[in-house]
Amino acid sequence: MKKNLVPLIVLAVLAFFPLAVKDNYYMHLMILFLMWVVIGSAWNLIAGYTGQVSFGDAAFFGSGAYAAGLLSVHLHISAWWGLALGGFAAVAVGLPFGWICFRMRGAYFALATLALNEVMRHSAAIAEGFTGGMVGILIMPSFVSKVPYYYVALGMAVAAVISIQWIVHAKPGYYFVSIREDQDAAESLGINTHYYKMLSLAIAAFWTGVAGSLYMNYMGFIDPDVVFSLHDISIMAILVGIVGGVGTVYGPMVGAFVMVTVQELFRSGFFGLFKYLGNVTGSGTIVSIAETITGAHILGFGILVVVVILVLPNGIVGDWPKIRNAVFRTKPAT
Amino acid sequence: MDVFLQTFVAGVLKGGLYALIGIGMTLIMGVMGIINLAHGQLMMVAMYITYVLHLAGVDPYLSLFVAMPALFLLGAVIQRFLLNPLLKADTILPENQVLMTVGIGMVLTEVVRFIFKSDYKSVTTGYSNATFFLGNISFSMALVISFLIAIGFTVAMFFFLIRTDIGRSIRATAQDKDAAVLMGVNTGRITIITFGIGSGLVAAAGSLLAPVFYVFPDIGGPFTARAFIITILGGLGSTVGAIFGGVTLGLAESFGATYISMEFENIIGMTIFVLVLLFLPGGFKRLTKI
Amino acid sequence: MAYFQVEKLVKYFGGLAAVNGVSFQVEKGEILGLIGPNGSGKTTTFNMISAYHRPTSGRVIFKGQEIHRLPTHKICRLGIGRTFQVVKPLGRMSVLDNVIAAAYSRVNSRREARDLALETVQFCGMTPVKDVLAKSLPIAGRKRLEIARAMATRPELLLLDETAAGLNPTELLAAIDLIKKIRENGTTIIIIEHIMHVIMTISDRIHAINFGQTIAEGTPKEVAANKEVIEAYLGTDYA
Repeated sequence: MKKNLVPLIVLAVLAFFPLAVKDNYYMHLMILFLMWVVIGSAWNLIAGYTGQVSFGDAAFFGSGAYAAGLLSVHLHISAWWGLALGGFAAVAVGLPFGWICFRMRGAYFALATLALNEVMRHSAAIAEGFTGGMVGILIMPSFVSKVPYYYVALGMAVAAVISIQWIVHAKPGYYFVSIREDQDAAESLGINTHYYKMLSLAIAAFWTGVAGSLYMNYMGFIDPDVVFSLHDISIMAILVGIVGGVGTVYGPMVGAFVMVTVQELFRSGFFGLFKYLGNVTGSGTIVSIAETITGAHILGFGILVVVVILVLPNGIVGDWPKIRNAVFRTKPAT
Repeated sequence: MDVFLQTFVAGVLKGGLYALIGIGMTLIMGVMGIINLAHGQLMMVAMYITYVLHLAGVDPYLSLFVAMPALFLLGAVIQRFLLNPLLKADTILPENQVLMTVGIGMVLTEVVRFIFKSDYKSVTTGYSNATFFLGNISFSMALVISFLIAIGFTVAMFFFLIRTDIGRSIRATAQDKDAAVLMGVNTGRITIITFGIGSGLVAAAGSLLAPVFYVFPDIGGPFTARAFIITILGGLGSTVGAIFGGVTLGLAESFGATYISMEFENIIGMTIFVLVLLFLPGGFKRLTKI
Repeated sequence: MAYFQVEKLVKYFGGLAAVNGVSFQVEKGEILGLIGPNGSGKTTTFNMISAYHRPTSGRVIFKGQEIHRLPTHKICRLGIGRTFQVVKPLGRMSVLDNVIAAAYSRVNSRREARDLALETVQFCGMTPVKDVLAKSLPIAGRKRLEIARAMATRPELLLLDETAAGLNPTELLAAIDLIKKIRENGTTIIIIEHIMHVIMTISDRIHAINFGQTIAEGTPKEVAANKEVIEAYLGTDYA
């Protein structure tokens, strides 16, 4: 029972969060955090556990978001149906794609996901009659309060994390890791590597698509550049995965927390720190720094990619002993 | 018929430059075993160097002599300090070198944006818009000169790879890294030189393209995409393949834009990519065995 | 019809024939030794049996069924296990997890897989190192892990590719013991081995190939006295 204690406490805190914090701003960040937990866990399944790195998660995220939006626009049913169907839309995109790419080894899959990302973005922009093109899709939000969205996001995150954990610890999980470690050896152990890579991709695409549907419902607006964004979705998903730690259970959660904070740090100019300093000191330079930082989150992401890969290749969770030793100067446990 | 020929000529001229971009990429691919997803961004940096020199009154073609060494250096530094250390790191993360190049590409783009803003700059020269005619077919002066210089570099590259010691070491490392080490090749140094040369070649392409294209920070991404499509078309690591791949992509884009729609220009490359994966995995290399 | 047989197997890589018309049969419960100098085509033959390479021509027949068109994982499920000459440990998994992954080819539940794996680990004498990461095993351990993993797929026919290479004398004896134990279990074995002492002691029959072609077949004694075999190994001067 003890090993379940930490997750239960975390869950309890998350469940009571809206009762304690009424501030819409923090609710918004928490909803984003939960959404990224889902996407990060999904990315971690295909990349961290199965060893097939996706550089184009936005393709699945966008598919889910558009599924929800298009249902509402064309069939005039609630976009909430997207939560049920968005995941399958992403799977429908992912499976034929995986079937083509997984026949080849090496970097092909990674590169092809990048291509898929771009193809989806361009397609959504070109098919104006169907998707609304660059104008995007706008729907009326169902709730004014953020609390319902929060609980939907929490439910989604819990379901995603539990289902992925369950799979990782069952037969498919062993097969995924075997494929990551050595595909030839895996085949010799009776593992249909093609099938299991497809399975891993399908599960990852499904949850990423569901997260996309939630995004549509919550934000009320999408366009191709937003949901098929290479930097804000695909690279962000990778960062969530690697900052937390690939192939670890809690990595994506830690990663999502750190990355949503970092994203917000940039967006808000370090929570208005520079603006405040500028106003206090009356220095124009500091104010302009604040403005520059607000626009520089992609630079921040880029630097973060470089630094994390160099310094913490296994992420915060994976390299925790290393961090602990560096910070607390304790002797390495041997 | 004229439209057809015109489209063909435009495609081949563009293809010559793409070949130059592709060769740089494929060299890195062969030796390092990774796709360099910062390739187009390195080219973009070279374009800005050309632009700055142009402001100072230097001809774009002369600025080759600055842009190429500068990018060689930049490439070598990236390899030495950002990519080589990853070889030693023990990590679960697959493709971490590729991911690193993505990060480097983002940093390059954003740093350039920081300095120059997102505005479109142009390097206008006397010959930027000059054309001459052969029969009814018009030739863009700038593209023809660029094409010839690109061919020159390609030929020089071949001699370098085949005749010189460093060239041989590069080919040896590409073929079998472990064996090359045993033969006394300092593969660490070779990877640095290779990345430098790859960057230098794409820098040449950048300087040559500067008079014909607008220069802006985000131009790197599409060219990285082109570079990897060329590499995959040609077969990973194949120099001859890269030339075929470059010309094929140039032709496909040119014909696509003329006969289908300008809008689809971006998708044509992706379509080729998917078709190659489906029907010719391994690219042209599989057919030519070079 | 023999229990297992390969028939006129041919494999070309480019223009080069790695294997050129090898045929042999194995009876149930037998140990067949496959010998030949480096590059003679032994491992390529294994790779064709386990479908890593598709034969250019020829057939592989197991219990009356043609299997040379099946994918590798199906070959395993039919009951043909193999080890790799260049070991392929699942590095960042523990020894037990390596074996559990293999055991899942026969059972589906976690508990059954774990039980089967523990039993196999015990059988192969790896219980003391079961929680060690595969990548931190010494070479003898890795070779043994190859066998343990293959055994957990419950093979009827086991292909052993140089499992004794690189072992010291003590480890060698242990390896021979293990192979004998596997055979007593009722498993049929085809073994590739360079160490003559090992292969001569444990094989019932030996099949010798050179340049991709059969040069001799018979009991260990017969093959050891064969002129062509001696030539192939030691050069024409010694024949």
